[in-house]
Amino acid sequence: MASTDTKPDDLAGLEAGLDALDAVQVRRTPVREVLLRKVLPPALAVALVITVWQLLVEAQVTDDYKLPSPAAVWNSASDMWLQGTLLEVVWTSISRGLLGFLMAVAIGTPLGLLVARVKFVRAAIGPILSGLQSLPSVAWVAPAVIWLGLNDKMMYAVILLGAVPSVANGLVSGVDQVPPLFLRAGRTLGASGLRGTWHIVLPAALPGYLAGLKQGWAFSWRSLMAAEIIASSPDLGLGLGQLLENGRNNADMPGIFLAIILILFVGIAIDLLVFSPLERWVLRSRGLLVKN
Amino acid sequence: MATTLTKAEDRTAVGHAARIAHVSKSFGGPEGQQLVLDDITLDVAPGEFVTLLGASGCGKSTLLNLVAGLDRPTAGSIETPGGRPALMFQEHALFPWLTAGKNIELALRLRGVPKSERRTEAERLLELVRLGGAYGKRVHELSGGMRQRVAMARALAQDSQLLLMDEPFAALDAITRDVLHDELTRIWRETNVSVLFVTHNVREAVRLAERVVLLSSRPGRIAREWTVDIEQPRRIEDNAVAELSVEITEQLRGEIRRHGQH
Ligand SMILES: Nc1ncnc2c1ncn2[C@@H]1O[C@H](COP(=O)(O)OP(=O)(O)OP(=O)(O)O)[C@@H](O)[C@H]1O
Ligand SMILES: [Mg+2]
Repeated sequence: MASTDTKPDDLAGLEAGLDALDAVQVRRTPVREVLLRKVLPPALAVALVITVWQLLVEAQVTDDYKLPSPAAVWNSASDMWLQGTLLEVVWTSISRGLLGFLMAVAIGTPLGLLVARVKFVRAAIGPILSGLQSLPSVAWVAPAVIWLGLNDKMMYAVILLGAVPSVANGLVSGVDQVPPLFLRAGRTLGASGLRGTWHIVLPAALPGYLAGLKQGWAFSWRSLMAAEIIASSPDLGLGLGQLLENGRNNADMPGIFLAIILILFVGIAIDLLVFSPLERWVLRSRGLLVKN
Repeated sequence: MATTLTKAEDRTAVGHAARIAHVSKSFGGPEGQQLVLDDITLDVAPGEFVTLLGASGCGKSTLLNLVAGLDRPTAGSIETPGGRPALMFQEHALFPWLTAGKNIELALRLRGVPKSERRTEAERLLELVRLGGAYGKRVHELSGGMRQRVAMARALAQDSQLLLMDEPFAALDAITRDVLHDELTRIWRETNVSVLFVTHNVREAVRLAERVVLLSSRPGRIAREWTVDIEQPRRIEDNAVAELSVEITEQLRGEIRRHGQH
């Protein structure tokens, strides 16, 4: 470098000062704070619900075959646990739900990409795809049973019809929201066509896609429960939906409550353990998550 | 540096880094065709630093987009013999899903640099813009000035012979901008890249360029050119820079005033 240049040390020092002044400070939240702010409030809410429930039972607002006590539901759960069926029932449903969901992802992703990138395909099936999202998946159970019979295939068909539109639509809206600046920046770097899709469009669309996956899981689970409740048969393994249906047939209210609680619990747990952390991680790594 | 040597040899052989010949551009709007650029002819010599100056909306970005190949001219031709030019946008345009270092590596990868060399090369480029420690930083963790420097490093990673810059420092505070002017001048002299730099800031234009080209508005035509014979490194507050800036500003005002008269 020519000796006439501005003193380089000066410049480097000035830059270091400027950078230090306005660089963002990133702080990790300590575990205690997480427990206090994220775990405590919902735990309190659950405790409150159980308390109110218990009070209603004690006040005998209705016959106890209509409103079982929390203890009765708990007993029903521990009975199943002792018979070794509790986990089996839960696992039957979860494995069906997850497998169906994975198939929905495998089908919905290329479908969404096609709809997002090919004008003709979008015009042809775009509206149908978003319309399907508002169709309750229970509606598919009857035709699925008639077409496929009472078997696992029919369950998966119902899950797919419920979840594929969500996954595809999530990807479509993710792609639609990619800022044009990124596409242009990609093109100047030499990423167009397939390379542009792989390096720019897909990663840029990830937040929308994840939202679609999250909704896709919710729809998978709901559709599966609808299918299990309506189409119960001894040939099918016992899942949570059938547990609920059996409770109804035997007028076993604690069993029904248990089934409902388990269905809710699994839905929330998967969302909380899988999708929320994934979504938060993606948003945070892009600086899109504002901490308050 | 070996690469610099071969580049310099290329340049003498080629003759120009960009040749813009009789380029016009119009956009179809609700009130019919709107002529934005009219018969622009401009050469950028190898290793030359040219600033393009003009009022807001006169078509500077449009012209850079044409040179970058993001859009096609309505008439005329544009040659960039050194291959696809690198373009630095007014917004940093860094990809938020990648770290600073990976942004640069993506540019290297798309250029065909083998995987084993990318990391070292990305770190060398970050060093060049004096951001040695920023490799693993996410875009949102960087300050505005740092982002523009990473964007500059990513543009340099294309190893293009022509660097197009569209008001890259417009959104920065004055001190950061001064610093980046110094950096840009230094990098330009070290790498011998040709630069076509767009701005509406007259002093910035004079501070940086060997040649200032003034565009008129509606339609954009080349109104006048100045060769800047002030020795580098300059400062934006130098007397010589100020004097020429006054002269150019007068002319620019005249161009703008012309539009108010009818
Ligand atoms: N895609 C487009 N379609 C229609 N008109 C356009 C398009 N792009 C630019 N224009 C018009 O062309 C003119 C020049 O725009 P351009 O962005 O090139 O100006 P500029 O000189 O870069 O301005 P600034 O300094 O504000 O960035 C403007 O009047 C704008 O409305
Ligand atoms: Mg512009």
